[in-house]
Amino acid sequence: MRWVNRTPGRGAAFLLGALPLAVLALTYIIAAAARHAANPADKILPLPGAMAEAMALLAFQADPLSGEYLFWADTIASVWRLGVGLGIATISTLLVGLVLGSLPPVRATLGPLLTAIAVVPPIALLPILFIVFGLGETAKVALIVVGVTPFMIRDVAGHVGALPREQVIKALTLGANSWGVMLRVALPQAMPRLIQALRLSLGPAWVFLISAEAIAADVGLGYRIFLVRRYLAMDVILPYVAWIAVLAVIIDFTLVFLSRRLFGWAHAAAH
Amino acid sequence: MAMLSLRNLWVEYGDKVVLERISLDITEGSFVSIVGPSGAGKSSLLRVILGQEQPTRGSITLDGTPLPAECGPDRGVVFQRYSVFPHLTVLGNTLLGLEFSASPFTARLFGSQRRAAVGEAEAMLDSVGLADSRNLYPTQMSGGMQQRLAIAQALIKRPRILLLDEPFGALDPGIRADMHTLITRLWREHGLTIIMVTHDIKEAFSLGTRVLTLDNHRHDPHAPHRYGAGVVYDLALRKSAAGVDDGSITIDANHNNGHD
Repeated sequence: MRWVNRTPGRGAAFLLGALPLAVLALTYIIAAAARHAANPADKILPLPGAMAEAMALLAFQADPLSGEYLFWADTIASVWRLGVGLGIATISTLLVGLVLGSLPPVRATLGPLLTAIAVVPPIALLPILFIVFGLGETAKVALIVVGVTPFMIRDVAGHVGALPREQVIKALTLGANSWGVMLRVALPQAMPRLIQALRLSLGPAWVFLISAEAIAADVGLGYRIFLVRRYLAMDVILPYVAWIAVLAVIIDFTLVFLSRRLFGWAHAAAH
Repeated sequence: MAMLSLRNLWVEYGDKVVLERISLDITEGSFVSIVGPSGAGKSSLLRVILGQEQPTRGSITLDGTPLPAECGPDRGVVFQRYSVFPHLTVLGNTLLGLEFSASPFTARLFGSQRRAAVGEAEAMLDSVGLADSRNLYPTQMSGGMQQRLAIAQALIKRPRILLLDEPFGALDPGIRADMHTLITRLWREHGLTIIMVTHDIKEAFSLGTRVLTLDNHRHDPHAPHRYGAGVVYDLALRKSAAGVDDGSITIDANHNNGHD
């Protein structure tokens, strides 16, 4: 059978997908064991036991200085920043993207401005954000918002603008005004695309969050990674990175689930 | 008196003349088929009547008053594709026209108003044969069912004119014959005035009470874009809303012929 015609079943696909992950883990363990055989005090590739120990300390023992469970405090702080940033980005995308996509005069007015903002690298704006908002939470949230919103707005506005002209004409012949077209034609069809844009923005959002935390913070997943880097504490860095990956996957799965649940019509065409 | 009047209508895109000197009077209750070669401006004419495009010269009046420069609920339309909304169920698609006019701000209906609208929409779905499909989404339906829905959606607004832009062009021959029966029945039951653009000459003659052929009167080989299309044939067929002498419509036609 030709390879383009081979579709693995559910179980086979799971096994095939797990295989590279298992190979990666095994390779790491072999490499770590080899390094420890040569130097039992090696810090670069810690063994799983050492990582578990270091993480248990952070997750289940209160920090003697602050009295907090650092791992959970870091997680809550980072997820909160990410959530607020992406929440603001999503709401502004919905409002601006819908208006921009539906109303040609608004698109003509604000389109170039949006393009100008979108081409500025957000990290270059970070000093400005720190100066304007101080070193607190606002600047970190603002970096996420500034970083992902222009992309999301352009994506959603483009999608709304590309809805078949026939749909708008049809709505007008059914007695709609501009507001009606936006509310009943553009908005519902923008929603699944908005979730998709949000999913694609998750990666950049994490980048901006960790950058902001690395530069100025006192708690957060990114802050911790950059803090313990000074001690070459790979036994903390590696589990933290894995944890960030797990969080990202959970958020992504939730968004997919929500989209299928709420906007089943948009996924039906794929079957 | 003519319901829709086109007076010396020209449509030009820049240098290119698409339609020239179109003057037509369309009487109420007629079923006008428009045929012609590709690029002869059939769809442009339909878009101008619809209000989607503006003529460069000339005037259009509906019931004696000039048409507004935008699409509105007085003219319904069914396109070949994209006529129904993918995010709404069959019932939702049919209700939409009632919701837009009844509540301009929320564009939704609630309570007893909604129940009345649902009743009206269901009656309309029943008459196009979609009574059992009210909760399906368009992607779950065949092309023929989607066009039935598009017709129901347009008719619920009771438009003065129904414009059809190659509505059956993408359908199988068997389905197409069913749709011909359907549109003929609806045309008679609702006393509609229909203008239909089609590629299918047989369809144009079997459905229409009047067949218009658009083509170029003149041709300049050195500047083919300088002359637009006009009406080269305008054939009135001996049919009326009360009697249809077409072979593809059997029972109703015989019944109605008795009253001629």
